[in-house]
Amino acid sequence: MGGYIVGWLLEPLSHDFMVRALLVSSLVAAVCGLLSCFMTLKGWALMGDAVSHAVMPGVVIAYALNLPFALGAFVFGVGSVAVIGFVKQMTRIKEDTVIGLVFTGFFALGLVLVSKIRSNIDLTHILFGNVLGISDSDIQQTVLISAAVLVLLMVFRRDLILFCFDPTHARSIGINTGVLYYLLLSVLSLAAVAGLQTVGIILVVAMLVTPGATAHLLTDRFDRMVWIAVVSAMLSSLVGIYWSYWMDASTAGCIVLTQTGLFLLSFLFAPRHGVLAQQRR
Amino acid sequence: MEAVHAKPGPIERISVRNLSVDYHGIVALHDVSLQVQASSLCGLVGMNGAGKSTLFKALMGFVRPSCGSIVIDGLPLRQARRSQAVAYVPQMESVDWNFPVNVGNVVMMGRYGGMNLLRIPRPRDHRAVRKSLERVDLWSLRDRQIGELSGGQRKRAFLARALAQGASVLLLDEPFAGVDIRTEKLMIQLFEQFRAEGRTLLISTHDFSHVRGFCDQVVLINKTVMAYGDTSEVFTEENLARTFSTIPPHDLALPVEDEVWLGEA
Ligand SMILES: Nc1ncnc2c1ncn2[C@@H]1O[C@H](COP(=O)(O)OP(=O)(O)OP(=O)(O)O)[C@@H](O)[C@H]1O
Ligand SMILES: [Mg+2]
Repeated sequence: MGGYIVGWLLEPLSHDFMVRALLVSSLVAAVCGLLSCFMTLKGWALMGDAVSHAVMPGVVIAYALNLPFALGAFVFGVGSVAVIGFVKQMTRIKEDTVIGLVFTGFFALGLVLVSKIRSNIDLTHILFGNVLGISDSDIQQTVLISAAVLVLLMVFRRDLILFCFDPTHARSIGINTGVLYYLLLSVLSLAAVAGLQTVGIILVVAMLVTPGATAHLLTDRFDRMVWIAVVSAMLSSLVGIYWSYWMDASTAGCIVLTQTGLFLLSFLFAPRHGVLAQQRR
Repeated sequence: MEAVHAKPGPIERISVRNLSVDYHGIVALHDVSLQVQASSLCGLVGMNGAGKSTLFKALMGFVRPSCGSIVIDGLPLRQARRSQAVAYVPQMESVDWNFPVNVGNVVMMGRYGGMNLLRIPRPRDHRAVRKSLERVDLWSLRDRQIGELSGGQRKRAFLARALAQGASVLLLDEPFAGVDIRTEKLMIQLFEQFRAEGRTLLISTHDFSHVRGFCDQVVLINKTVMAYGDTSEVFTEENLARTFSTIPPHDLALPVEDEVWLGEA
């Protein structure tokens, strides 16, 4: 039995692509897990969905012009939110409507570009991720992006916590909340493009909210929330990749499904904020 | 107690000149001018919609005035905020009460403006937090998640955060709304201590006995300043009647709310 499990764990590691996939996706999961705490607390799930879809044309253009895809993603991610803000300010249309219409517009532009621009991009890889076939240059960029996001979030974490909790107070003590808004947004665009590597555009929003939601049910302290989110995100990536290997199922699907499973567990069994604990009261 | 500290001359802590604020063309404040000195407990009185909260927001620079100027502690607003000269407790906190922060964390946020970029608390920040929590009688609840406090305790927690800031000007928008008598007494004592320390407090309230009880100065507003000065001179029946009549006494030549016209019909 023990030997069976060890074999189950070790056999995939004999493939180079599996080792790379496991390492890259753990890193990406850690970064997205950290960011997901801020996203869930700020109520930016829809914004995360919007930005992750809106980076699509940027990624396509960057690939076509042989530029780093992070650059394209960044420009279009931040750009889309600027457009959202502008349209909201100039009209009477509600914010969620504006977000919905802007990000689908950007996404559609991306689809058209993929189909017209001659390049070696595979649409399914962008949409559903391709972590088992990730290239060296993509790994390099992902590592750089992840490092940048980690450093920014760690350095500004207290300001960002305050910004998420009480922006009015942040302003009243002289903190520039506009800068924090764009900082969080930039970090979101970067993390979205990193997450896109492992699970693709469609599911990346799960990486950006599910671990944070899982963790929020388990603790009332921010630092613990971060640890739980990061660990649950990394665990989901590892389990998901193994699972997809042995079942020959969609990698992105398996990773996100594992995350959803962990959320479900915490939803049911969280000691204080889970449904069962609340029933018992 | 307070008499020991003589007023240190007329230092102007809050100085507002010809301030007007409108929300999308609807006037909330018109041509407001007032000066409040150091070591002063100044009441702000007016009916619902008179513009009290708007005045506080203007003093914080949260609403853009259509004209006029504001100086706090001799500084323009942005600098006043940066140098922690002014602390503000809004009428209602619009925060997420499920947020994973405890009472101590929240009060520590009052100290962020004076810390370095990483906001790593120093010993004196911890001391200030402890002292503020003790002053509002919440030290024993410092580890509670913020949403696990009662309404009155929440108000005290946010007051403690303003205290921790150590500002010389405190702007408190209806601090007594929804607190019990014991807390009210505690807060009044605290405010009188602050005045004795040379700070300036601007406090909006709907309770006239507060104004008579502990405010040395009072501002009566109804979209504009109807009267301001020493409570003993200004807080008269006549001035109150003028302030609380629905129609501002001099024509503002600006759109007036519907209910005013209903009253006339
Ligand atoms: N965000 C806003 N947008 C539009 N109008 C506003 C806004 N905030 C306040 N007003 C209007 O400005 C006027 C002044 O409001 P303000 O909140 O300053 O009154 P207040 O004196 O604080 O009243 P209360 O005693 O009820 O707290 C009111 O007529 C109100 O309807
Ligand atoms: Mg008000």
